[in-house]
Amino acid sequence: MNTTITTSLFFATALTAPIAQADTLRLLTWGGYAPEEVIAKFEAETGHTVEVTTSNNEEMIAKLRATNGGGFDLAQPSQDRITSAQEEFGIYKPIDMSKVNAELFIPSMLDATAGNTTFDGEVYGLPHVWGTSGLVVNTAQAGDVQDYTDLCDASVAGKVSYRLKRPTLIGFAYSMGLDPFAAYNDTAKYQDILNQVEAKLTDCKPNVKTYWGGGDEIKNLLRSGEVVASMAWDTGGWQLNADNPDITFVAPASGALGWIDTFVLPARGRADDAAYDWINFVMRPDIAAMITNTAGNFTAAVDGDAGVSADLKARYQGSFDQSAIDNIKWYPPVPAGLETLEGATLDRINAAN
Amino acid sequence: MRSDTSKLGFYLLLAPILLWLVVLIILPHIGLFMVSISEKIGPREFETGFGNYATFFGEPLYWRTFARTAIMSILATALTLILGFPIAYYIAKLTRGRTKTTLFLMCMIPFWVSELVRTFGWMILLRETGVISNALQSLGLVSGPVELLYNDAAIMVGLVYTSILFMVVPLVTTLDSLDDSLIEAGYDLGGTSTSIMREIVIPHAMPGIVSGCIVVFMLSLGNYLTPILLGGKDSLWFTGMIYTQFITRFNWELGSALGFLLLALSSAIVFLGLKLSKQSLSDTMGRT
Amino acid sequence: MTDTKPDLVCRDLTKDFDSFRAVDQVSFDVSKGSFFSILGPSGCGKTTLLRMIAGFQSPTSGDLQIKGKSMIGVPPNKRPVSMVFQHLALFPTMNIGDNVGFGLRQRGVARTEIARRVDEVLDRVGLPGVAARRINQLSGGQKQRVAIARCMVLEPDVLLLDEPLGALDLKLREHMKVELKSLQAAFDTTFVYITHDQSEALVMSDNIAVMNHGRFEQIGPPHEIYHKPDTAFVAGFVGDANKIDAKVASVNGAMVTLTSAGAEMSVEAPGSELIAGQEAQVFLRPEAVELTKSDHGAGEGDNVSACTVDAVLFNGANSSVIVRDQAGHLLNVAMPQTGSFSGLQVGDAVFTRWHPNQARCYPAATA
Repeated sequence: MNTTITTSLFFATALTAPIAQADTLRLLTWGGYAPEEVIAKFEAETGHTVEVTTSNNEEMIAKLRATNGGGFDLAQPSQDRITSAQEEFGIYKPIDMSKVNAELFIPSMLDATAGNTTFDGEVYGLPHVWGTSGLVVNTAQAGDVQDYTDLCDASVAGKVSYRLKRPTLIGFAYSMGLDPFAAYNDTAKYQDILNQVEAKLTDCKPNVKTYWGGGDEIKNLLRSGEVVASMAWDTGGWQLNADNPDITFVAPASGALGWIDTFVLPARGRADDAAYDWINFVMRPDIAAMITNTAGNFTAAVDGDAGVSADLKARYQGSFDQSAIDNIKWYPPVPAGLETLEGATLDRINAAN
Repeated sequence: MRSDTSKLGFYLLLAPILLWLVVLIILPHIGLFMVSISEKIGPREFETGFGNYATFFGEPLYWRTFARTAIMSILATALTLILGFPIAYYIAKLTRGRTKTTLFLMCMIPFWVSELVRTFGWMILLRETGVISNALQSLGLVSGPVELLYNDAAIMVGLVYTSILFMVVPLVTTLDSLDDSLIEAGYDLGGTSTSIMREIVIPHAMPGIVSGCIVVFMLSLGNYLTPILLGGKDSLWFTGMIYTQFITRFNWELGSALGFLLLALSSAIVFLGLKLSKQSLSDTMGRT
Repeated sequence: MTDTKPDLVCRDLTKDFDSFRAVDQVSFDVSKGSFFSILGPSGCGKTTLLRMIAGFQSPTSGDLQIKGKSMIGVPPNKRPVSMVFQHLALFPTMNIGDNVGFGLRQRGVARTEIARRVDEVLDRVGLPGVAARRINQLSGGQKQRVAIARCMVLEPDVLLLDEPLGALDLKLREHMKVELKSLQAAFDTTFVYITHDQSEALVMSDNIAVMNHGRFEQIGPPHEIYHKPDTAFVAGFVGDANKIDAKVASVNGAMVTLTSAGAEMSVEAPGSELIAGQEAQVFLRPEAVELTKSDHGAGEGDNVSACTVDAVLFNGANSSVIVRDQAGHLLNVAMPQTGSFSGLQVGDAVFTRWHPNQARCYPAATA
């Protein structure tokens, strides 16, 4: 513990941004979640200023860990990555529900997120944007790809891609008829699932063109036709669909993986009031629609889909019928230590020849 | 009294560099080392030990990746030297005046854009639907698209391209300092091009060669973007592994240990290289 | 001079560069075992000439023969000549033994044989036992000798030297002049030496070629160059001389009478093609002028003029006096070594006199 504090201090001196005013909101979020126009409107209404840092789940946690939860006033990790990070590193502070306008949130989502982000009796997360990951397929060339395991089919050899990350392990597990989320709290059972998935992914390796790393990379590969089917996020598929009608997001037969990005307060954030102001502002239906139109994903705001463009709605409905929505596998909170097992599995897949 | 004031002046002059060394180099490394020797036994529970270092040697993936990275870096260094030496020789010895400046500038221009952009440039060239593949097809040399990306050769191309300037600059500097009359004297005394290159030019350029090689080796070993973007599914790179430990695995302890091992092992390789080439670090760094 | 076949022969050697002609139809012979100097100001083309002999540059036209064999098209590493470079060009990365043995190694001589011959040649240049030392452990003069040894170990037919003394300080330069000459005699090799320093050329050479604007103005032994310069350039470049611009008043056989700013002088110029009314230049060596306190005792036909002392330049044996004649001309006169003028003061009245055959007279350059 002592050592962690020491290093954190070094990183803190090196990394922290210049000391901010109390009314400056330092927001750590995903690309597209804080569009310029929304920020301008917010600043005009409240007088706060907003500094945006875009990132992803892992980097958000790493950044906050480096500063012991300082440097930012509001962060937006996915709901499954909150309790374990809180248990390990203590980088968040609980949400004060009295400052949140709960009426703006779809009640079922608010409750689900509260349940998933409760640690030691305190709620740490509020739902914001949700979406799924599944398959993005060039239907003209790989129409047969309906599920994750179809990526290993000989007909698409050398023309598929996926990430070497935990969603791939979980997606393949479901596609192989296993239930990894049910085994989350049973290490032995989970390890057994991982072993089966490892064997499958090692066999599948020759089929893969490359493991993609960033969203733009996979979009490029699909757009150029070098890759015809890949694991990817729904928004990526819908964006490509706008350029090439053949390419679209396909909810896998075994179920798309659903995620919810949240609002959390970093432990040493200094502008909590501004953070709550931001939350209550962006959850307004009109603002939520603006964010959906830039990010491509829907929000947990009541009536948030009212102002969303018809194109996006059409693509969403094209990918998800009611049974596909019902079949979405929502990520439960990741128990601490699970990622170590997954990491070892991923390493072995990476090293296999 | 007087010696006291001059001592004070000396320490005052020394203070910025000392501060820089301590605050930005030594302290973070001590911190990193402290992290690397703490073993996690449960949430927020750690004990001191060298278990993370043992993991490196116990898990073949880690040391194999390191060995692979080191060998590829050495290969990249050798290739850079082979490619860079004739370029440097041409710039330093066979051109003068404006041509020389222009050529030197041309070597530097790619470095005015970021490494990321340069690497993307290579991706555009090498990918299956890229420039080279299309050119080969339109020339009728190949029948279908060829994938030149996502393999070790692509990494090698990227590494050499990224680091060649750091080989050419010290080489040009040392070769510039080689008096033309030494080469003429070599010919005058009956030497051939080969023997003059071997006995006069290369020994003279040795400090530049060694310092260029050290810089290129360290740059290649520590490169992160190029192997990640150009490499394929088997192209593991040690820095990528450290990044993974820190960022996606939240395992700072192992990441720190791997970082320290990278520092130690690469220093050992450089030391070995200096011994083999019979150069000393102070000679090489002092002269260029 | 010698009846042996010349070691080095140049015939109408010409080198053109893009914009100018560096060497213009130069022809000369260098006989075996002689010390030949090419003397000229910087930019006169002497370095280009030497580099053509060494093979670093190829002539535009003309022929170049060493020991009777044409060297046109022969690369430098195949020519039987060696060169001592201006800055010696000793290889700093090698020790002295390796430097001297470099040429032998290129010829594939056995290692023990190389060591023996290196020791032998170092011995001959007076540096025994230095083979293992580094270059920077030697003094300037020692480096000079190593550079010569490095060439001489190959037993070249002709040794070329490109102003090798230029970098040395004055004292050492004086010493090395003598030493070079004796080394040349000891090795009995043909030396071709280029320099812009007339004293080096005069002291060491058997023959000197004076070069200007790519051409040889005169070739001859040192005393001839000094005392009987063929051209105004040679007279002015070699040794000190007072240059007087004058106009030819009359020509009477070999005797030319000239006027310069009202003053009249006679100069013996046999074979000159001067005609009355022509502009001319008179060259008069400082040591040819006699300084006297009175105009008595002047020989028949001597040029005598009354002057005042303008400056006394004390320089030991080379002391001189600058006097101003009535026409206002300044004349540099060597201080007599007898000491009779040691008390000379600025403003003193003196007389100068010189015999007409002591001066040289040339038509003024037509510009």
